[in-house]
Amino acid sequence: MISRILSSIDGISAYPIVSLAIFIPFFVIVTIWIIRLDKQYIQHMSELPLGHSTDEKKEER
Amino acid sequence: MDIEKFQYDNKIVRDFAIASVVFAVVGMLVGVVIALQLFIPEVNAGLQYITYGRIRPLHTNAVIFAFVGNAIFMGMYYSLQRVCKARMFSDLLSRIHFWGWQLIIVAAAISLPMGWTTSKEYAELEWPIDIAITLIWVVFAINVFGTIIKRREKHMYVAIWFYIATIVTVAVLHIVNSIGIPVSLTKSYSLYAGVQDALVQWWYGHNAVAFFLTTPYLGLMYYFLPKAANRPVYSYRLSIIHFWSLIFIYIWAGPHHLLYTALPDWAQSLGTVFSIMLIAPSWGGMINGLLTLRGAWDKVREEPVLKFMVVAVTAYGMATFEGPMLSLKNLNALAHYTDWIVSHVHVGALGWNGFLTFGILYWLIPRLYRTDLYSKKLAGWHFWLGTLGIVFYASSMYVAGLTQSLMWKEFTPMGMLQYPNFLETTLQIIPLHAIRAIGGIMYLTGALMMVYNLYKTAAAGTFVADEAAEAPALPKNTAESNETRHRWLERKPVQFAVLATVAILIGGIIEMIPTFLIKSNIPTIESVKPYTPLELQGRDIYIREGCNTCHSQMIRPFRSETERYGEYSKAGEFVYDHPFLWGSRRTGPDLHRIGGKYPHLWHYLHLENPRSMSPGSIMPPYPWLLTQDLDTSTTMAKIIAMQTLGVPYPKGFEHTANALLAKQADEITLDLQKNKVPAEPSKEVIALIAYLQRLGIDIKVAQP
Repeated sequence: MISRILSSIDGISAYPIVSLAIFIPFFVIVTIWIIRLDKQYIQHMSELPLGHSTDEKKEER
Repeated sequence: MDIEKFQYDNKIVRDFAIASVVFAVVGMLVGVVIALQLFIPEVNAGLQYITYGRIRPLHTNAVIFAFVGNAIFMGMYYSLQRVCKARMFSDLLSRIHFWGWQLIIVAAAISLPMGWTTSKEYAELEWPIDIAITLIWVVFAINVFGTIIKRREKHMYVAIWFYIATIVTVAVLHIVNSIGIPVSLTKSYSLYAGVQDALVQWWYGHNAVAFFLTTPYLGLMYYFLPKAANRPVYSYRLSIIHFWSLIFIYIWAGPHHLLYTALPDWAQSLGTVFSIMLIAPSWGGMINGLLTLRGAWDKVREEPVLKFMVVAVTAYGMATFEGPMLSLKNLNALAHYTDWIVSHVHVGALGWNGFLTFGILYWLIPRLYRTDLYSKKLAGWHFWLGTLGIVFYASSMYVAGLTQSLMWKEFTPMGMLQYPNFLETTLQIIPLHAIRAIGGIMYLTGALMMVYNLYKTAAAGTFVADEAAEAPALPKNTAESNETRHRWLERKPVQFAVLATVAILIGGIIEMIPTFLIKSNIPTIESVKPYTPLELQGRDIYIREGCNTCHSQMIRPFRSETERYGEYSKAGEFVYDHPFLWGSRRTGPDLHRIGGKYPHLWHYLHLENPRSMSPGSIMPPYPWLLTQDLDTSTTMAKIIAMQTLGVPYPKGFEHTANALLAKQADEITLDLQKNKVPAEPSKEVIALIAYLQRLGIDIKVAQP
């Protein structure tokens, strides 16, 4: 019953295709972007939370 | 380069930490109480305010929004200041956020036991509180974005990304799902009805898990885990993929809560597919967390903080593997409505949220108070007690869920239900519920040990409310090109928020639009009519008492269910249900076809004392329904609200509604009096019986 109702909605079949169409390019772009990221940037970012200058307690010890 | 001196606001972090710990104990205590009520219903002491149906939402709200909520704010306010190298944007906003949030919690703690509820899971709070939540959330958002904009660190660490996604998505979810028409200060009706309401609710419910219990905690994990292990995150690249794929995919998966229901098939399939895809980013995140500890595993042996974090991340991995598996239709057919789901969420809540919070607290409190943890040994005990508690809890609930589900589905060789009496399947799992309660008590005991440990730590140290720090200012106005670059950076959090919003909106919109289109296309089943005024009032009592926490109203198209309950539920039957009441756990039997199954007398006596009709029943008695007068002053407002929502009551019906209500009440009462019970037409029980007797009969009328 439900599928009949849905098929009566114009262009319902577009929805899954649109989902896929948004999805795959999105991931391709993210992947390319990440691969091309600068190494120094990555290094800087991953050490950011460790920022020793602000962790005074460690220096106290 | 200019070195700027400034101070971190530790006071707000400390305040949220205290609130989190206090509400952890409260929320878990309520959890233990409801766990006990499931096999000793007398635990409610005959009080309507603490019956299971009313305080189960109190437990979930306390744990999610009070314990975890305050923990999120604690961790965010600490880490955000440090990765931004800046004090929070505004101390005043921080305080308003803190006190506003605590007031909301208090309002919830009062209103839920009073029975003022919308019935929508994790969104039970009524509209005035919803508005307060929205306002406080905006305050919080301004404070966070303000801090990000005035930061002294050029780049935004990945934790901030997770925080931004959390803030924008929770806002969207909360507003869309909570829209309703107020009837009074304590009552409103959902804008959506039936299938649509269910879809919106579980789009919300699922993403509340995603964006309240997961993304902010991942942000915390990406900050506090490297901090505690004193080494950078394993792969920063992986964390970026983790972020974008997680927020993009999560939002689509909501319909997996509605498999085999009257929800359209394509939406169910969409939910399943995206749930399976979620394994990838989730496990990417888990692996990233665990591998951060590479070469530091020796520390895990001695350091309780790391122990808690390792188990938390592992629990995250287990829950995010189990979730997609439960989204497979064949497994879902078995697990839905059972304790399996309860087990699943508690691996997440106790393991992931609970343990990560404990780990952060054990790391943070000594730092805020400039001292060492009072007792590492006690923290170690807490760890083992908590872990054992989780094992007891999860394993007993797995067995209970499977046992009950298999009993529901068992047929005799003659093709009859092996256990036609639902109660048999309930009684079978009572020992397992007792084990679950023990697991919960162990977990709570561990948390109490932590309270003592942290208190002693704080007492021994000196609190530094404003921690001095310094960092070079970001270059400003040095050159024309630099300025544009900087301005672009300043806008970055805003652009980022927009991007994240787009990512989550795409999924939400694609998921929901077709269902809203149905509204104009669905052939309403002709015999399905709006509720009578008395039934409508009865339905609101059903909602007030939280009957839907234990009883579903959604018969799935399985033979085991149609044999037990009757014809499976159709989408067209719920078009006047504002809100929908499909339920998510069958502690008691489904009620969608209860109408006409028993005489009025049975319901009257059963509500007065369920055990008189079903010996051994774990349903609490509802004697107050027999003595409390039905408030008919609201009938008119309710009918008008329903008309506004498009329920086709005839014009002017609101004026005659109460007369009609009295007439129907008299009929039911007369029938009861004939059977020698001292029923009165003005009592609440009459309305509830009227509603129960109406349930699911409309399509029977149509059948020849």
